[in-house]
Amino acid sequence: MSIRVRSTNPTDDEAREALQGRPAEEHVPSHNITKPEGEPAFSISDLNFWYGTKQALTNVGLDIPRKKVTALIGPSGCGKSTLLRCLNRMNDLIPGVTIEGNVRYRSADIYGPGVDPVEVRRRIGMVFQKPNPFPKSIYENVAFGARVNGFRGNLDDLVEGSLQRAALWDEVKGDLKQSGLALSGGQQQRLCIARALANNPDVILMDEPCSALDPIATLKIEDLIRELSTDYTIVVVTHNMQQAARVSDYTAFMLTDEEITGQLIEYAPTEMMFTQPGDQRTEDYISGRFG
Amino acid sequence: MSFVEATPDAITLRAEGRVARRQAWSRASRWILLGATGVGLVVLVILGIDNAIVGIPSLDWDFLSSYPSRKAEIAGIRSSIFGSVWVLVFTVAFAIPVAVGSAIWMEEFAPQNAILTTVRLNIANLAGVPSIIYGILGLAVFVRLMELGPSILAGALTLALMILPMTVITSVEAINQVPPSIREGSLALGATRWQTVWYHVLPGAMPGIMTGTILAVARAAGETAALIMIGAFTFIAFDPALSFSGLLDSFTTLPIQVYNWTLRPQTEFRANAAAGIIVLMIAVIGLNALALVVRDRLRQS
Repeated sequence: MSIRVRSTNPTDDEAREALQGRPAEEHVPSHNITKPEGEPAFSISDLNFWYGTKQALTNVGLDIPRKKVTALIGPSGCGKSTLLRCLNRMNDLIPGVTIEGNVRYRSADIYGPGVDPVEVRRRIGMVFQKPNPFPKSIYENVAFGARVNGFRGNLDDLVEGSLQRAALWDEVKGDLKQSGLALSGGQQQRLCIARALANNPDVILMDEPCSALDPIATLKIEDLIRELSTDYTIVVVTHNMQQAARVSDYTAFMLTDEEITGQLIEYAPTEMMFTQPGDQRTEDYISGRFG
Repeated sequence: MSFVEATPDAITLRAEGRVARRQAWSRASRWILLGATGVGLVVLVILGIDNAIVGIPSLDWDFLSSYPSRKAEIAGIRSSIFGSVWVLVFTVAFAIPVAVGSAIWMEEFAPQNAILTTVRLNIANLAGVPSIIYGILGLAVFVRLMELGPSILAGALTLALMILPMTVITSVEAINQVPPSIREGSLALGATRWQTVWYHVLPGAMPGIMTGTILAVARAAGETAALIMIGAFTFIAFDPALSFSGLLDSFTTLPIQVYNWTLRPQTEFRANAAAGIIVLMIAVIGLNALALVVRDRLRQS
């Protein structure tokens, strides 16, 4: 796939030169960006992203803490899904994208030379907006990641354990042979979460995981997110501010305005963000004045 | 609500004026469209009946199990049935892996650029090339250059080449039917591109690929021109050997045999030709029916 990645490693003169031509360089990052305590799971700096010539992210920089839930909020087109997909290199699949900047996962540069996107995605699981179970049995859905990754262990136990962690086991244990597509939307989404968990990832990325679900199913997923956060780093994109307030420890607010597309406006512990936002635009958004 | 006129007391709700004209046209269109369908059906039925009247008396076990002969009453289609089956089996064996492979490459691996668009367009064009052109190509390349002679192998390669564009196109379409979300789900779990293709894209595309393949085979089964061109227009009074060297035997096929008989001046051969057509028609209709059944079966699972 035609992905161009420019590292912004300071020793890379060429990349610096390329960057200086961009108006993005003049943009001073907001000081409303908190640095979470402890070793971060992800450390993102100076991230710029283009679909073709259309910029989608501008100078995004933040640290995502380990074993916490981080919510990305903002109106449509603010780049939150793009940012999420930068974290497991799902954007590589889109032709003609350009990524600049630095995304570190623990000590590794996700876009560094020699990094294999397959290995990245194995460790960093993803759940999509629309539940997308494979048109196969529940069992095969959960076992798929293990199969392709050469899992050598008891597959039955893995499937059961993953379904239990995803709070789906009790509903499906009677018939694991039935098609994943026969489940309800909420169950399908939990199946997709179970499928991701079966890979034993460190991180789970969720791209608006509840937007296609009814309120009850949404509640179940939210409970699940809270529960999983004791063991996993979770990054969740959501349109729903109440959801961000309910499930997340940290919230990042992103915005596209007339001048700058996909900028990070504010990043803070969720409670602080929703009680004392540091930026007027954040306050306007969370109080429902726009978006 | 004062601007709404009061409903008149006497309201009929009948079609009048414009509505009546629109409805008349709508009623007429049904019959016009039925007529369009009817033309094709009527012609087919008349030809079928006419052919059946001439052919059915000759259609018996002897006809199916005898070799061709100078004498119309003892001539049969044994060698052409064997030839057709043999050639088609190898046509499929050559064409499908190449067609599915190139379709997968174009849809799943190739950079989507102008070159690929040109290639796609040209494959679509190749599907419209007359079969005789493929025959000339087969004659030059397989029969002469590769020195295969007018053999089963040369015939199968020529027909494989002929159905390749059509099979590629249907495979591409079938692959496109697989939703992108399935690919994303698979890749996000750490599957490689190939694993994604193998476990998800191919199974999802299989009904479409099978349908396209069977229809292409039905076309190859009725093919005459290309095979005559490579020199399959011969008198065959033996069964092809079940060995590799058997592939280099010369052969004949059903449509060629029918064509052969229609060229004879003796009227008795016309009955043979008609009987051959009946067998061929049954085979092709059978293949089409099989395509439908396979598609429905695979879709359900």
